[in-house]
Amino acid sequence: MSLVDWSRAQFALTAIYHWIFVPLTLGLSFIVAFMHTMYYRTKLEKWKNTTKFWMKIFGINFAIGVATGIILEFEFGTNWSNYSWIVGDIFGAPLAIEGILAFFLESTFIAVMFFGWDRVSKKFHMLSSWFVAVGSNLSALWILVANAWMQNPVGMQFNPDTARNEMVNFWEILLSPTAIYKFLHTITNGYVVASLFVIGISAWFILKGRHLDFAKRSIRIAAIFGLVASLVLAYTGDGSAYNTAKDQPMKLAAMEGLYEGGNEQGLVTVGIPTLGKKYGDDKNDYFFVVKIPYFLSYLATRDFGGYVPGVNNIIDGDIEHGIISTEERMKKGKIAINALKEYKTSDDKTVKDEALITFRENYNHFGYGFLPNKESAIPNVPLTFYSFHIMVGLGFYFIFLFAVILYFSKKHTLEKKKPLLKIALWSIPLGFIASELGWVVAEVGRQPWTIQDILPTMASTSHLSASSVQTTFWLFAALFTVLLIAEIKIMTHQIKSGPKEERS
Amino acid sequence: MKIIKSIFYFYVNGFKNIDKLGIKLWVIIAIKLFIMFAILKIFFFPDFLNSKFDSDKDKGNYVIETLIN
Repeated sequence: MSLVDWSRAQFALTAIYHWIFVPLTLGLSFIVAFMHTMYYRTKLEKWKNTTKFWMKIFGINFAIGVATGIILEFEFGTNWSNYSWIVGDIFGAPLAIEGILAFFLESTFIAVMFFGWDRVSKKFHMLSSWFVAVGSNLSALWILVANAWMQNPVGMQFNPDTARNEMVNFWEILLSPTAIYKFLHTITNGYVVASLFVIGISAWFILKGRHLDFAKRSIRIAAIFGLVASLVLAYTGDGSAYNTAKDQPMKLAAMEGLYEGGNEQGLVTVGIPTLGKKYGDDKNDYFFVVKIPYFLSYLATRDFGGYVPGVNNIIDGDIEHGIISTEERMKKGKIAINALKEYKTSDDKTVKDEALITFRENYNHFGYGFLPNKESAIPNVPLTFYSFHIMVGLGFYFIFLFAVILYFSKKHTLEKKKPLLKIALWSIPLGFIASELGWVVAEVGRQPWTIQDILPTMASTSHLSASSVQTTFWLFAALFTVLLIAEIKIMTHQIKSGPKEERS
Repeated sequence: MKIIKSIFYFYVNGFKNIDKLGIKLWVIIAIKLFIMFAILKIFFFPDFLNSKFDSDKDKGNYVIETLIN
């Protein structure tokens, strides 16, 4: 494996482990806040105990997960120094705000949330739980804005004198549709993961015949929250796909396993892409496929007859639909690189000015100049396709599960539905799997870019030896595995102990 | 001043009354942060550009060099 592959593998490993803890924190913080509000309003001890139990579980996850994201920043500075330097000014402001918000909101109010029982007013204590929830989610906003900018780099201009992208419009970055949908889709995904978690653990208590009232209370809250969140998740997923079609058409083609595009395209519901299918070959796109007619066109263009390009169309270009071929973009990219070289090396002001104009004219294709061949503009199609379709399938399953759980919860017959409770318990990992697959779609699907069309991974890395990245890859694998084992062990112990109310 | 004092004692009393689980989690946090900042960051994750160049100008020039050559 090359340096770029090891650097990518290390970043993926770190991000995947980090993302085990984060969605649970995002969602559980709100579930705790709902329960705390119930206690504040009813003054009933049973709600206090319910809140305390889930707060403790939240605390375990928060403590073990906290700062795991910092390792990603270490990797930026060491393995991805070109990338870090080039994006520096874009990331600086959002990440600084994230740091301040995370520190002041989360760190301050989390202490009040845990230490404040009977020591601050009940109202302030309850509000602290809300501040922790809002703070956690707001800190996620800034990270996601930064990620969205990499997928759709707006509101910036590259300064060839400093080699950095400089922010020209903060609001364009913050309010880009990519950022808005990414934020909403990601946080609601966290709510779904946490709801499945609370329902699954509570189902386990019911199956064991323990803490029945507590479990049913918890299920009711989580099922309502989960159902609303999963519907918003589906809506924002649709919005994300629409934006992907506009800004990252290659990613959408990979998500759908679509090589030959066109008008009136159907949406794959179930399918198996043809094994070994490559750009430009004669094989069918799918070995087996079931499509909903016209729906991909509608999803991508809001028109049932709309044109959706496939991998072949994007690589070969389609003048009729305004798609420049990848070879043409590679030429323009090389022109931009050469213009940059001329700008940096020439002493003649006129030559410099002309070079800068040429560079700016071709900057949108800059990254293509680094690609060794046109095929390298294609991401891993099978991985993106399967990740996307399993994620979407699980998403619809979660809506159904929350609805069924809520129905039986309202009818007070949940404890008699043993198979359903077992399904709920075993659905806990499915939430995490769907969540991780979402990031696989987002990040594998946009390859080879670290910044869409501007900077490919091969030009983003530091000049290090692959073996040094390999060493730290295994170090992280060991560290995160130990942390995950600690989390599972401490959490299962705490769950088995149960809430205070019915301990014998 | 009174507010600062009461906030200070709020934290002190909070940590004093912390249960076994809380202590365990704080120990995990401390070990984790030590491994991250005292071992990984120092020995394995030096900032590549900072370790080679002193000024932003030199860093920028180096990045440009890697892009155009």
